[in-house]
Amino acid sequence: MTASTTATAAEQPLMAVTSPRRLIDRVLRMRELAILVVLAVMLVATQIDNTSFLSEQGIKDLLLNATILVLVAVGEAVVVITGNVDLSVGSVLGVTAFAAGDLLRHGGNPVLAIGLAVLLGAGFGAFNGLLVGLGQVPSLVVTLGTLYIIRALDSIWVGSREITASRLPSGYKTFGHDGLSAIPYLALLATVVLIAVGYFLRNYRSGRECYALGSHAQAASLAGIPVRRRVMAAFVLCGALAGLAGALYLARFSYADAGTGSGYELTVVSAVVVGGVGFTGGSGSVYGAALGALLLTSINSVLPAIGVSSVWVEAIDGVLLLLAISVDRIVALRIAGLLRSRARQARSVIDG
Amino acid sequence: MADSTDTAPATAGAGLRRPALFGTLRWDAVVGALLVVLLGISFSTVDGFGNALNISFLIGNTLPVAAIALPMTMLVASGEIDLSVGSTVGLSGAVMGALWNHGMNINAIIVICALLGLVCGLINALLVTKLGLPSLAVTIGTMALYRGVAQIVLGSNSVTDFPQNYLDFGSGRLGGSFLPTAVLPWLVLAALAVVVLHATGFGRSVFAVGASAEAAWFAGVRVKRVKLSLFVTTGLVSSLTGVFWVLHYASATYSNATGLELSVVAAVLLGGVDFDGGRGTLGGAIAGVFLLGTLQNVMSLADVSAQSQTVVTGVLLTVSVLGPRVARQLLPSTR
Repeated sequence: MTASTTATAAEQPLMAVTSPRRLIDRVLRMRELAILVVLAVMLVATQIDNTSFLSEQGIKDLLLNATILVLVAVGEAVVVITGNVDLSVGSVLGVTAFAAGDLLRHGGNPVLAIGLAVLLGAGFGAFNGLLVGLGQVPSLVVTLGTLYIIRALDSIWVGSREITASRLPSGYKTFGHDGLSAIPYLALLATVVLIAVGYFLRNYRSGRECYALGSHAQAASLAGIPVRRRVMAAFVLCGALAGLAGALYLARFSYADAGTGSGYELTVVSAVVVGGVGFTGGSGSVYGAALGALLLTSINSVLPAIGVSSVWVEAIDGVLLLLAISVDRIVALRIAGLLRSRARQARSVIDG
Repeated sequence: MADSTDTAPATAGAGLRRPALFGTLRWDAVVGALLVVLLGISFSTVDGFGNALNISFLIGNTLPVAAIALPMTMLVASGEIDLSVGSTVGLSGAVMGALWNHGMNINAIIVICALLGLVCGLINALLVTKLGLPSLAVTIGTMALYRGVAQIVLGSNSVTDFPQNYLDFGSGRLGGSFLPTAVLPWLVLAALAVVVLHATGFGRSVFAVGASAEAAWFAGVRVKRVKLSLFVTTGLVSSLTGVFWVLHYASATYSNATGLELSVVAAVLLGGVDFDGGRGTLGGAIAGVFLLGTLQNVMSLADVSAQSQTVVTGVLLTVSVLGPRVARQLLPSTR
């Protein structure tokens, strides 16, 4: 509701003045800035309390912990921007991690293993997209179903087998741990993906169309946007990134079994929402989602570092999520009110 | 069948009537028939299914989902959802365990747990109605929050030494029959829910709100109050289920009932309650709950691993949601 009202208000041609659009841009940029500030304050405060926190290894751990969540959150953000949601990402991550591991332990090529995971993930994404498009069914319901189906297929296939560190080639594990001084290779890869997807959404026609159909699918369809194809593409991208994340999960933790990634979908959705991507679709950015992911994973590292028991982590995550959506909503209401009064002013200027 | 007459004069208008008849009523009858067929097959062909002990296990293990499915059906019918129910069950159990460790009276504890459930529901309700936030996002947040508080309250402890007569209530049977003791309060609750949803003005306003909140508001329905009472009821039922969960499994841990929310939602949707709101019956939802419960029981008897059992949940859920919609697209004349 909020997202669509602010968006449509901004696009009203009546307002010849460009200031409302700039206002919205500024607020959206502020939203990402706000997370960045919270993150920075948190990290600096922790560093003051515990001086070994931001050592080279400390920074590396922070980035490594965030990488996998960032990747999945970027894909999820694209789906949420189109007004849908994908709850099956945890299951996809689990099955692709095992698939990559299975290939590797039989002496497969690491690049091939990552490619397989990405393709497999994209396949599951296409399946989701097909079901959502086919039945015009809410994606929440469809992907809740595929969450179960993919997880069950995974556990039937995997059984009680597991992939352990000793079965993986050492190069793959090094790739999962090492990096250029404090910056892990995994984080570099995630950054490249993030920038590519962000650039696509911002500058390509089809990227902009994702926002349009997320704001109002029917209007977008009437405006000639191929809604089903764009939604399909969003799900395929989300699945592919979940697959990539699965392969990287294996590299990072050197372990996969039938339970890998269980319950991950809710963490991902939290990261996306904390990052300012509105559940109603049509608003937010992948950069916000990535920052949200970084913030959530950093809290998990910060609390132990300042001596707070880890039992607090989940409650704090929940409060953060509620705070984020509440603040978003209040700000959006304020902006909507502001825009209305400006429109009224503009109209009275034109009339007078 | 009684439902067609109940939903027809709903305040939101006659336009609702036909889809309600063709979209849902048939589907919940299908689910009910499926349940009967499955029970018939299981009784006659599955070893160890038909004895009283197994049936009481089946019902007892299904009761938590069955209890929460009642208010969840109403919530979904009103166009909202509550994903925090599993965490409320866990929190209620954790508080129960922690207070019992402090030596508090068990009856007082149960009252406190019920109040706690009301508060949990109220937090969800206020965030949704006062701020106008989507309930999906809100309850994902409170799901983490309530589970987190449960973890803070109880840590990794588990409490098991509850009084024996209460544990007997949680896992005992009525005489030597196949019915668990706790089925009695559930039956009362279910009867109450059916009457409220399908035979009162409040129930009609729930469907009206789900079909179109704006239209309902103009028709004089206090939309926010309806939603608020539904969320609060869901919280209360979840916390009482949390007490039952602890007694049934004789264990209070912070992780009780993790993931229960998805089972409840899956069962409710399987029962033909429309995710977009405005349509559904409690009969369908209850049939959906016991269909999944029976399948799980049969598969456990057949040594299918718990993980693999979820494939059935997923397929049934997907088919149940896709089925009616694809059928409606193929048969536009029934609209």
